[in-house]
Amino acid sequence: MTAATERTPVIEAAGLIKTFGSVVGLDGADFELYPGEVLAVIGDNGAGKSTLIKCLSGAMIPDAGEIKVDGQPVAFRRIQDARVAGIETVYQSLAVAPALDIAANMFLGRELRRRGPLGTVLRMLDHKEMQRRAKEQLQALGIGTIQNITQAVETLSGGQRQAVAVARAAAFGSKVIILDEPTAALGVRESGQVLKLIRDLRDRGLPVILISHNMPHVFEVADRIHIQRLGRRVAVVTPGSTSPSDAVAIMTGALDGSTRPIAR
Amino acid sequence: MSAIPSPSVDPAERFLQKRTPIQRIHHVLHAYPAISPLVVLILASVLFGLLNPRFFEPANLSLIFQQVAVVGALAVGQTIIILTAGIDLSIGSIMVFTSIVMAASASSFGLPGPAALVLGFVVGTLAGGLNGLLVTRFRLPPFIVTLGTFNIFLALTLLYSSGQTIQEKDIPGILLWTGEPISLGSFKITTGVVLMLLMYAVFTYILRNTAWGRHIYAVGDDAEASRLAGIPVTRILLSAYLVAGFVYALSAWILIGRVGAASPNSSADANLDSITAVVIGGTSLFGGRGIIIGSLLGALIVGVFRNGLALAGVDVLYQTLVVGVLVIVAVAIDQWIRRVRA
Repeated sequence: MTAATERTPVIEAAGLIKTFGSVVGLDGADFELYPGEVLAVIGDNGAGKSTLIKCLSGAMIPDAGEIKVDGQPVAFRRIQDARVAGIETVYQSLAVAPALDIAANMFLGRELRRRGPLGTVLRMLDHKEMQRRAKEQLQALGIGTIQNITQAVETLSGGQRQAVAVARAAAFGSKVIILDEPTAALGVRESGQVLKLIRDLRDRGLPVILISHNMPHVFEVADRIHIQRLGRRVAVVTPGSTSPSDAVAIMTGALDGSTRPIAR
Repeated sequence: MSAIPSPSVDPAERFLQKRTPIQRIHHVLHAYPAISPLVVLILASVLFGLLNPRFFEPANLSLIFQQVAVVGALAVGQTIIILTAGIDLSIGSIMVFTSIVMAASASSFGLPGPAALVLGFVVGTLAGGLNGLLVTRFRLPPFIVTLGTFNIFLALTLLYSSGQTIQEKDIPGILLWTGEPISLGSFKITTGVVLMLLMYAVFTYILRNTAWGRHIYAVGDDAEASRLAGIPVTRILLSAYLVAGFVYALSAWILIGRVGAASPNSSADANLDSITAVVIGGTSLFGGRGIIIGSLLGALIVGVFRNGLALAGVDVLYQTLVVGVLVIVAVAIDQWIRRVRA
């Protein structure tokens, strides 16, 4: 492990602490994500997966600890800060407005605008351009099942909604895409599509952080697996070197993860 | 074993793709929420026209528009608030308070007309802003906040005016300008009606074509999703109440022109009438869904029913009863339209 072979992580965090009153969410958690990888984050309920991810995506501010993007320290105060840094998150709730159409949801909060009748005052939404780009993005990700870009998101199936949320993240995420339980609400066929999307994103050079409870899915797509337990990272393993049952054992504390080398 | 059917054409999917005529109607109403109030308005007009031919006389149609002007104007603000999944019960008392401020600052304090008008706009906007502040900063439900401010502004109106109506002769011309008649052939409307229609044109544009408008819908549809999508939810909500306050001030101006005076006792029904117009117009009380032009149609439907029933010699109490039925039917239709198959 010399400096010459060390790659700079895209995102790294050291000693993150986050408490909620007397409840400890993160208890000195470390984290690294390297370029071009799919990193799965697993852990039991209450292990601090969501809190960790929220700190990395700007949705929460850690009480203590350091976050670096490309080796540079950052201090995200809001989700927008993380986005400016190129970090996009797909939340489990998907964060889509059901009554708005697909194109509107893809550009929600960062609509494309052009000059209206009053010049730069009350600028008009560029409906056409947003629809064109939304369609382009969905096609680029191989989501051809959606026929009409102007249909309301609530008329889509669960997998299609997920695809819209992932496509939105992929369209704007220049550095990292974080997916929180993307397959939790999906059937077998739809899960398969989302896993394929994750691989496609990685193949396009975007590293992905995948939070999931589903061991088969994790072992199917992840390059490395970050195991979170009681607010800390207890091990980082690879699907090749560790069996799913061992990973679960480390996650629940039945097996001591600290004796294993941190997989890089 | 025979060949396994390919998953893309399984029977369930074919069943789901088949649409009954009712489902088609449902789909169209879901996509175009203004259709049902438009259909009701046309059917009602035809019916009342058949009952009494005087209904379609230009003088009568002009009257309907004049009667609808104030509630129609208020409904613009109410629509914006309801789209954010809020509700404004203080709408009428803010409007009346603002109209008294406009008139009294000129008649009692000698403010020139334009200055009184501007003062009214500032007061109306700030009153709306007070609602917004309480909703966003103190996280109180809009229903409770506006129930409170409804009483506050009602009391302020009576205190400030001592219960006295300010007569036309004491009001500067600019405040009465909204009552100026405009003749379009045999139609006689007022500048106030034109102002109201202009408000609908402007806000149709804003809600449809600006990022602010889209954020109003998104926040009302799902506030948490909007926050996660990076929309400044608090700022959008506060701005919605401020804009609504400005609209109430415009409505106050139209009210002075319509009544030809500024009375602390006018428009007691304006709160519920504006909500009625919005709901009949197809905007969902749950927020995020609806179209502002629907509220104009809603206000016109109420106006047409009241006018048509009166022409047909129906007692005023029955008119109110019919409006009540209309509201319930409108909400029932809204619930049905909101139900969507995933």
